[in-house]
Amino acid sequence: MFPSQFTYHRAASVAEAVQLLGSNEGAKLLAGGHSLLPMMKLRVASPPTLVDIGHIADLKGVSADGDGVRIGALTTHAEIAGSALVQERAPVLAEAASRVGDPAVRNRGTIGGNVSHADPQSDLPTVLTALGATINATGPGGDRSIAAADFFTGLLENALEDNEVLTSVSVPGVASGAGTAYVKFSHPASRYSVVGAAAVVSLSGGTCSSATVVVGGVESTPTRASSVEAALAGSATGGDALAAAASAVSGDFGGDPVGDVFASNEYRQAMAAVYVRRALEAAVARAG
Amino acid sequence: MSVPVEVTINGRAYSGEVEPRQLLVHFIRENAGLTGTKVGCDTSQCGTCTVQLDGAIAKSCTVLTVQASGSSVTTIEGLSNGVDLHPLQEAFWNKHGLQCGFCTPGMIMASAELLKNNPSPSREEIRHALEGNICRCTGYQNIVSAVEEAAGAMGGS
Ligand SMILES: Cc1cc2nc3c(=O)[nH]c(=O)nc-3n(C[C@H](O)[C@H](O)[C@H](O)COP(=O)(O)OP(=O)(O)OC[C@H]3O[C@@H](n4cnc5c(N)ncnc54)[C@H](O)[C@@H]3O)c2cc1C
Ligand code: FES
Ligand code: FES
Repeated sequence: MFPSQFTYHRAASVAEAVQLLGSNEGAKLLAGGHSLLPMMKLRVASPPTLVDIGHIADLKGVSADGDGVRIGALTTHAEIAGSALVQERAPVLAEAASRVGDPAVRNRGTIGGNVSHADPQSDLPTVLTALGATINATGPGGDRSIAAADFFTGLLENALEDNEVLTSVSVPGVASGAGTAYVKFSHPASRYSVVGAAAVVSLSGGTCSSATVVVGGVESTPTRASSVEAALAGSATGGDALAAAASAVSGDFGGDPVGDVFASNEYRQAMAAVYVRRALEAAVARAG
Repeated sequence: MSVPVEVTINGRAYSGEVEPRQLLVHFIRENAGLTGTKVGCDTSQCGTCTVQLDGAIAKSCTVLTVQASGSSVTTIEGLSNGVDLHPLQEAFWNKHGLQCGFCTPGMIMASAELLKNNPSPSREEIRHALEGNICRCTGYQNIVSAVEEAAGAMGGS
């Protein structure tokens, strides 16, 4: 299968990429190509121009940023999963990156492309929303930062303007002693998440003092599970208490539902309670 | 519409004029004539098109030739010297790790990356590393056994 014809530009810098986006109507950025090229081969997308940012060295790599990390847009899933800094400061992000697709996908797919694509089956949007990450972008008007919670605006839609380039993602450090976990139900062929759940849990004196819980795959954008979080506040941390809190997730789905021939929305909602429970169990076990 | 590209494959430079939409797997098979790399699903899921791109495995049906211009690729033909079999090739033969053989080049390229990063993988780790490679014949047991045997032959256990 071939994509339809397009003009190809390889950008040497972010500034050149912004300029090329501005001067070519309908142009799309190409990073790892692992969401865009499959869509172009199926002719679901047929951009007239591709601006390849895959060789811009400034956009690669992980660095310390306060008590958190800043991850360049072109950093691959394999690099995130293998980064000692990410493992130390945002272990749940390394955990999620290590479960993306398969080894070859993790070698090519980038955090910037993954987040920009805003696919409800992706893992990183769910985790970055739970961690309170910030998306940094550059456009003709300069730089700006967008909270992850505001970045995902709909199915395959994000808050970037057409001529903005996502340059990095800032992930704050997790509160000391908090336990974090990401669990997913992988599609058996592609390994994309059918349902994914991220949890950040703090304990105090044997009860749960605070929690952040986010679910992916049920709605077009990551779902903040506020009902689960409310049920967890002051709750015991045994299996029954966590299962009861997890079942409250059914009250959190009111947005744009997602479903397909493999997994209906009803099934995804049912699985969300299961995967939220597993995420909570793992996060509680890791909390100190 | 064609643009000039140059890709080093198995140590040899191949240059050509290609359409930007050409996929790397077609450059490898048609321009370089190296047909060991297969196209199976063409939807990024089966792994028969797996090659090493600048030292890390990639599905060459999901990379444009223009993206890979200036890069180095190793295909199944380049894994060994063309005379002796690579220990993985030997082990797939010994352990009946193939039936029709269509998935085998991709399986071996993915296994080679696993053994580079983890010389003594468990059977579970082998299965995890081969998640992106689909085989319709063998049922996988003998593929896992072949990778285990190759790990032993290459100095792991
Ligand atoms: C078989 C398979 C299995 C997969 N499984 C999973 C999975 O389990 N979990 C998961 O999370 N993902 C999965 N993916 C997706 C993969 O993880 C990639 O991360 C993701 O496709 C996008 O990254 P990319 O670099 O390939 O982006 P591209 O495909 O290059 O781009 C995707 C979109 O983002 C835009 N874009 C790219 N970079 C930028 C930027 N810096 N600024 C602004 N816009 C940008 C592009 O224009 C395009 O619209 C899978 C993919 C495949 C092929
Ligand atoms: S042909 Fe490339 S993954 Fe199947
Ligand atoms: S041996 Fe036939 S597909 Fe694997």
